[in-house]
Amino acid sequence: MIRVMLPTHLRTLAHLKGDVELEVAPPVTQRAVLDALEARYPMLRGTIRDHVTLQRRAFLRFFACEEDLSHESPDAPLPEAVASGKEPFVIIGAIAGG
Amino acid sequence: MSKVRVLVGTRKGAFILTSDGKREKWDVSGPHFAGWEMYHLKGSPADPNRIYASQTSGWFGQIIQRSDDGGKTWHQPGTPPGEPTTAPDGMPKGESNKFMYDTSAETGKPLTTHQFYDGTQHPWEFKRVWHLEPSLTDPNTVYAGVEDAAIFRSTDGGQNWKELSGLRGHGTGPKWQPGAGGMCLHTIILDPSNPKRIWTAISAAGAFRSDDSGENWKPINKGLRSQYIPDQDAEVGHCVHHIAMNPTRPGVLFMQKHWDVMRSDDAGDNWHEVSGNLPTDFGFAIDVHAHEPETVYVVPITSDGLHYVQDGKLRVYRSRTGGNEWEALTKGLPQKDCYVNVLRDAMAVDSLDKCGIYFGTSGGQVYASADAGDSWNPIVRDLPGVLSVEVQTLK
Repeated sequence: MIRVMLPTHLRTLAHLKGDVELEVAPPVTQRAVLDALEARYPMLRGTIRDHVTLQRRAFLRFFACEEDLSHESPDAPLPEAVASGKEPFVIIGAIAGG
Repeated sequence: MSKVRVLVGTRKGAFILTSDGKREKWDVSGPHFAGWEMYHLKGSPADPNRIYASQTSGWFGQIIQRSDDGGKTWHQPGTPPGEPTTAPDGMPKGESNKFMYDTSAETGKPLTTHQFYDGTQHPWEFKRVWHLEPSLTDPNTVYAGVEDAAIFRSTDGGQNWKELSGLRGHGTGPKWQPGAGGMCLHTIILDPSNPKRIWTAISAAGAFRSDDSGENWKPINKGLRSQYIPDQDAEVGHCVHHIAMNPTRPGVLFMQKHWDVMRSDDAGDNWHEVSGNLPTDFGFAIDVHAHEPETVYVVPITSDGLHYVQDGKLRVYRSRTGGNEWEALTKGLPQKDCYVNVLRDAMAVDSLDKCGIYFGTSGGQVYASADAGDSWNPIVRDLPGVLSVEVQTLK
């Protein structure tokens, strides 16, 4: 079971109170996790990645296991700790403002 | 007894203010969509309980929200009529944030670029919905004015959106360029006497009209003069800030341009200036009295470099002569140390016998006048900066 942590505003939009748990078949990649997330919560489509290009929105970042995975290939396998559910896949709003 | 419902979009959520016809005591609900920029909310004239809202964020993009019960509950459109609004696992359905520019071969026009700040051509990129205009007759039909400038229409209650690409594709699109606030289509007016006629306005391109339900469009900027473009009388390139119309007299339009207040008596074919004795003719908001089509309201702003009211005084100006002769309305408004702005969609009128006027400020105040502007009272003083104000008059 993959654990996904969403920023507060997206949890509100999806009517969620905590983390999301998703079944994702291997190989567990960013793309597979986000596909599963959007399939279950269609209201999140377009809020994390562009509808057409599926590129990550500019002010969102993907973290896991204390690493910034934002610039990794969406098809690269995520760390084993994420695939096993030990560590969450974290979607976070980038710091903006001053 | 009649009621009014004021829909307020702010930089950090939406608020709904309600009162009876006296408009003295107000109930305030909200924030709805707390923390999100609410560019615009507007109710359907055909079904006042149907309200559309534009919810947007620099992080998460654009969401369309809809209420079918007058703003008590909201959902993202996407559930067919008669079906439950939640999926079997209890989660709400809906996906209504998909605004795709038309790049189909059928248009015959590759609508790929517009002029950018540096004069180069730049791809159209969807950013947000600035304005929602529900159909006058069908609650499920609604138009959206978006940035980068384009107009979309939904005929299924806001779930699916299709661009009316004839606007970007009529020929001048590549010459449009963004103003300081972006290249946004911020004004949509539907003609109650002619269901095929639609007006739009774009910063910084100008005003446009369709006479065939949005299929074909033409610029209507004759008479506008703008010092910030090389050809001051150009067909497009004018920074129109807002247009207003009294629905009982659809051929007559009033415009607040970047600088200049303008009037057209022929549905936009020709414009002439009516700034008259205004202390400054820069501004954003403009509206027309509900029952007196020659009574017009503006809020003069100091200048394009100083986006706040002049001399620290918040003054609405009213003309009862269709422009040129203006009087300052100050009773109940701060006349000292006030430096707020009033944005283009942040003024509205109700249609009660004694017309009510409403506007919101960048400082978070929403002011109301129940006597056509003679006197004002704040409904709320400390909201986040106000982006839009709309009013529903309820029977």
